[in-house]
Amino acid sequence: MKLTLKIWRQKNAQAKGRMETYQIDQIDGDMSFLEMLDVLNNQLISTGIDPVVFDHDCREGICGSCSLQINGEPHGPDRFITTCQLHMRKFSDGDTIVIEPFRAKAFPVVKDLMVDRSAFDRIQHAGGYISVNTSGNTIDANSIPIDKEDADHAFNAATCIGCGACVAACKNASAMLFTSAKVSQFALLPQGQVEATRRVLNMVEQMDKEGFGNCTNTGACEIECPKGISLENIARMNREFLTAQIKG
Amino acid sequence: MSITSNLPQGPLAEKWTKHKNDINLVNPANKRNIDVIVVGTGLAGGSAAASLAELGYNVKTFCYQDSPRRAHSIAAQGGINAAKNYQGDGDSTYRLFYDTIKGGDYRSREANVHRLAEVSGNIIDQCVAQGVPFAREYGGLLDNRSFGGVLVSRTFYAKGQTGQQLLLGAYAAMNRQINRGKIKAFNRHEMLDLVLVEGKARGIIARNLVTGELERHSAHAVVIASGGYGNVFFLSTNAMGSNVTASWKIHKKGAYFANPCYTQIHPTCIPVSGDHQSKLTLMSESLRNDGRIWVPAKLEDAQAVREGRLQPTAIAEEDRDYYLERRYPSFGNLVPRDVASRAAKERCDAGYGVNKTGEAVYLDFDAAIMRYGREQAVIQHMTQASDAEVRALGEKVVESKYGNLFQMYEKIVDQNPYKTPMMIYPAVHYTMGGVWVDYNLMTSIPGCYAAGEANFSDHGANRLGASALMQGLADGYFVLPYTIGNYLSDDIRTGPIATDTPEFEAAERSVQATIDSLINNKGSKTVDSFHRKLGKIMWNKCGMSRNETELKEAMAEIKALREEFWRDVNVPGTAHELNQELEKAMRVADFLELGELFAKDALERNESCGGHFREEYQTPEGEALRDDEHYMHVSAWEYQGEPADAILHKEPLVYDNIQVKTRSYK
Repeated sequence: MKLTLKIWRQKNAQAKGRMETYQIDQIDGDMSFLEMLDVLNNQLISTGIDPVVFDHDCREGICGSCSLQINGEPHGPDRFITTCQLHMRKFSDGDTIVIEPFRAKAFPVVKDLMVDRSAFDRIQHAGGYISVNTSGNTIDANSIPIDKEDADHAFNAATCIGCGACVAACKNASAMLFTSAKVSQFALLPQGQVEATRRVLNMVEQMDKEGFGNCTNTGACEIECPKGISLENIARMNREFLTAQIKG
Repeated sequence: MSITSNLPQGPLAEKWTKHKNDINLVNPANKRNIDVIVVGTGLAGGSAAASLAELGYNVKTFCYQDSPRRAHSIAAQGGINAAKNYQGDGDSTYRLFYDTIKGGDYRSREANVHRLAEVSGNIIDQCVAQGVPFAREYGGLLDNRSFGGVLVSRTFYAKGQTGQQLLLGAYAAMNRQINRGKIKAFNRHEMLDLVLVEGKARGIIARNLVTGELERHSAHAVVIASGGYGNVFFLSTNAMGSNVTASWKIHKKGAYFANPCYTQIHPTCIPVSGDHQSKLTLMSESLRNDGRIWVPAKLEDAQAVREGRLQPTAIAEEDRDYYLERRYPSFGNLVPRDVASRAAKERCDAGYGVNKTGEAVYLDFDAAIMRYGREQAVIQHMTQASDAEVRALGEKVVESKYGNLFQMYEKIVDQNPYKTPMMIYPAVHYTMGGVWVDYNLMTSIPGCYAAGEANFSDHGANRLGASALMQGLADGYFVLPYTIGNYLSDDIRTGPIATDTPEFEAAERSVQATIDSLINNKGSKTVDSFHRKLGKIMWNKCGMSRNETELKEAMAEIKALREEFWRDVNVPGTAHELNQELEKAMRVADFLELGELFAKDALERNESCGGHFREEYQTPEGEALRDDEHYMHVSAWEYQGEPADAILHKEPLVYDNIQVKTRSYK
């Protein structure tokens, strides 16, 4: 198929960016979206134009590197996938596709379509762990039985890949879904109880410091999340947060 | 340079304990004055960094990704082995040790593998304590499943995302230390050289991938945990950025590279769909617990399927060839990966392949869906359940076990694997070879260590499923933190290592020269075009089966391609900015050297063992034929400039505790 691509180009964090239009031909439906961009880049290089920079790595939907806003939607039109899992068969010959970086104050553009998501790392530094040494001298793994349902819910929360689609989808650029997924994983497990109070307070504080917006419960994050992380996690974090504040 | 493996004395089962008791320790006050660099933040690097920082060392981590959490360990699907014997099915440390040695086709070190089996149980305890949400049974205890090449269920898992959960555990442990200031994480940084001072590893040159600046970082020891080199094949299940650069740079500075030809070709990957393909996707080996592998038994059926005239579901049971069950009745679909891959290639080469390219076999869940469905019908007292109801119940069970994998398959192939069998074909997945290390995981350069997939140590010529995660975490959590202290105990009075020295200066200048020559080359061909060509040579001539003639051709072709690369590659942009083409070019340049050494190693090893299959050495039934008399050794290569000139050092492998046999899964 033949496509028109409108792509955000920005030389670096300080430069002013703008949309550029490129034509591309002979795109096969079995190609992934990123393979289509590979084709474009080789075409640009051969005509002396700098290739488009974008984050990507595993190309199987798990590392969370890829991060494009495609026709206004994080990770494009399909559900429960990342950009690298989006295939060109979802588009038709003659389509115009608009490709932008994830937009949020807390995710400054590094170059072209690549953004800086280190704010997510700093939220995790603030408390996204259980304080146990890695000596291996802990109790036997089977000494604490955990309700299968709790374990499954904890797992579902833990499958967050940290891509930032939730932030990009939110009109407030809120990071509540991301932060609440980690808080929930530990809140649902007995191992996480000891530090529960400190964890939620510290992580929420860091989230606010990073300049993410507030949550107004529109639910856009849940719809765009490639891993289907549920809004329940936000409710759980709010509960944890209130309890923690009362406890002080 | 030495090639002594430094194995502790004494009985096998006591070596590690005794060694830990004998080695030197560093007191906590002194640890605060010692710096360690860790390159790579996957399971091995992440766990090592966290553990070393906890002990009190000052750690600096480096990864090319924007966050340590994105290292490619994240993509490991199936599970992690541990000899817990929670199932009471006869598992033990010895059995895990034995299975691993046998699975590796008697080409790994007894003492290393035994240590791995010994600490395996601790890994599970550790991960659960960190809040890793492993799969559980209704009673609340941990669930296990079975993997290829073994007869017990010892694999712990978190759906098809075990690697993700374990890596997030290690990343969380890192975060705790980052928060305490004990780890400084240099993300979007790539190590481009090792700096030696008086023969010891004392630092690295790294490029800040955002600004393009070269940086000097010093330390008292350097750990390379940068993963494997499967991307030398261009198409593999590795991440796009996975590379050999850190390992290759230390090789060029004196670290021996061991068994480069030992590559794991994984049997269950989604087949190649066209020339545009940029990477391959694995379908977890855990699927072989429930999926049955087959091709049509009649050539005319296979042809009709390829031409789209016949649907696989329309082929009668008696017209299907479940070739693994036929050839290997005792292990069936759960034979080790090397055996399963070769068997698939054999059927496809014989004309029974089932997709357009003729390079695919079926992985069929129909029998499992019906079996689980009937089980569920009994549990739910649905005595009159129709076939459709049974199928629906069964599909639910299969979804709960493998849902994310089925979804991944459907997104890529656009077919529903609940209704029609999956198509799979072998693809490059893991490299058993790697940087040579001694028992302490130290390379042949003092103070330079290698951990995880980057080293060669534990899997011999073939790795068993769910053992990579085990080895990565064992190295990082439980081995390095002890053994590195033994070396660093001599460094307590060294003080900080200065970076304004001639050694750092020279290393930085040489990196700068390489970058400049690539940027200024202004050739006519893209980096990708060279990488694809290299991959074709590797896959066709150094892939699932190899022979002398083609390996010699491969060496010559790779050398010629390397020369062409330096003459004609086009790297756009400048060095002083974020430049992804330059990053790729630096990595491909190293693959173009490694590839030739790989072929040389395969050529030199005149036997078939594990993932290394030489057509000249096979039994009349087509099984691998080892030559223990001449090749029961590790091949450790010393760099001499041109890869073809590398010098071979042999480390003999001694088996005192198990009887070396012909590997049989019949």
